[in-house]
Amino acid sequence: MAMREIRSALITNNPVTQQILGICSALAVSTSVATALTMSMALTAVLCTSNVIISSIRHHIPPSIRLIVQITIIASLVIVTDQILQAYAFELSRQLSIFVGLIVTNCLVLGRAEAFASRNPVGPSAIDGLANALGYSLILLLVGTVREVLGQGTWFAMTVFPLASNGGWFEPIGLMTLAPSAYFVIGFLIWAIRSKRRDLVERTGYGLRREELSDD
Amino acid sequence: MTDIFFTAVFSENLALSFFLGICTFLAVSQRVDTAFGLGIAVIVIQTITVTANAFVYHALLAPGAWSWAGLPDLDLSYLALIAFIGIIAAMVQITEMVLDRYLPVLHRALGIFLPLITVNCAILGGSLFMVEREYTIGEAAIFGFSSGFGWALAIIAFAAIRERIRYSDMPNGLNGLGSAFLITGLLSLGFAAFAGAAG
Repeated sequence: MAMREIRSALITNNPVTQQILGICSALAVSTSVATALTMSMALTAVLCTSNVIISSIRHHIPPSIRLIVQITIIASLVIVTDQILQAYAFELSRQLSIFVGLIVTNCLVLGRAEAFASRNPVGPSAIDGLANALGYSLILLLVGTVREVLGQGTWFAMTVFPLASNGGWFEPIGLMTLAPSAYFVIGFLIWAIRSKRRDLVERTGYGLRREELSDD
Repeated sequence: MTDIFFTAVFSENLALSFFLGICTFLAVSQRVDTAFGLGIAVIVIQTITVTANAFVYHALLAPGAWSWAGLPDLDLSYLALIAFIGIIAAMVQITEMVLDRYLPVLHRALGIFLPLITVNCAILGGSLFMVEREYTIGEAAIFGFSSGFGWALAIIAFAAIRERIRYSDMPNGLNGLGSAFLITGLLSLGFAAFAGAAG
């Protein structure tokens, strides 16, 4: 059961490429693999812990104020994560800038808390959190890898393609270090996934036939 | 003052170069009129919350803010995140009630967007940038307005393009989300080209 959950969250139901959740902060930190990995670890920690906490107190949260309770729990976890990063990895935490703080409003964390953890037992909630965090991390690391290798010729700061300026042959692509490239990389990634898996293409509002169009 | 405005609208547009509020950006851009409503709501809320958060940060949370009470070493800035979220939620609620009471027409137009905005990363991101860049309260008000304005401009332009390409015949895998990302990338390049205007 756990394996199936994780496999589904990696491709078919990937939070980033399929549910459009949590991309807000994901793309900004993908200029290098190191920042992408740090962000993935921070999000995995917050998502798993928040799912477990919210699921374990789900019978005690009054429905009318559950969003406020959930946001408070998530915000406290993010503050802890942010302080730990500042204490032990100051340089990385400076590069991540405000984006660790923005995990609070990351739709993925609140989305999983609301959609899954608030009505399921602790065990499955933990697995659900882990699976979605892995799906998010996979996309983040892929985009980070493409951007760092093509933009700087390195991977985790190790030389992959020797640069022309250092006597090698590779001319780095400057665009890859700029913001628009993250949109292009993820756009092409979605195209590639959906060319393999036709069933994942959404229909609403885009088809040529009348019955495929919805009103919004 | 004008350089804060031009930078926040064009070269450092919250949606296109910092990826903030992209979830809403992609989800609520099928039509120009809905995008317009959401854009106006973001401008209003962003101006109010960034100013209010700047005030609270300087008055209560910044290092040394409590020196008048004999506590010069007190640094509450780690509480900023949770305070900002609370203030944003409260401000959205108050704006909704004020609009409902005094401008019912506007309330009917913006009503469904206001709750969405509470968890929009562009709103929280604006306040966090305000702290990181050490804006004063006046600068924060201008930054709040202009970053909201930039976000609104981006989503309206994007919705207009999406309405146009609705019937175009694209490769199957690219339909929908894939093309949306590529178009946003091109928009982002276009906005970045205005970088010189800020100087």
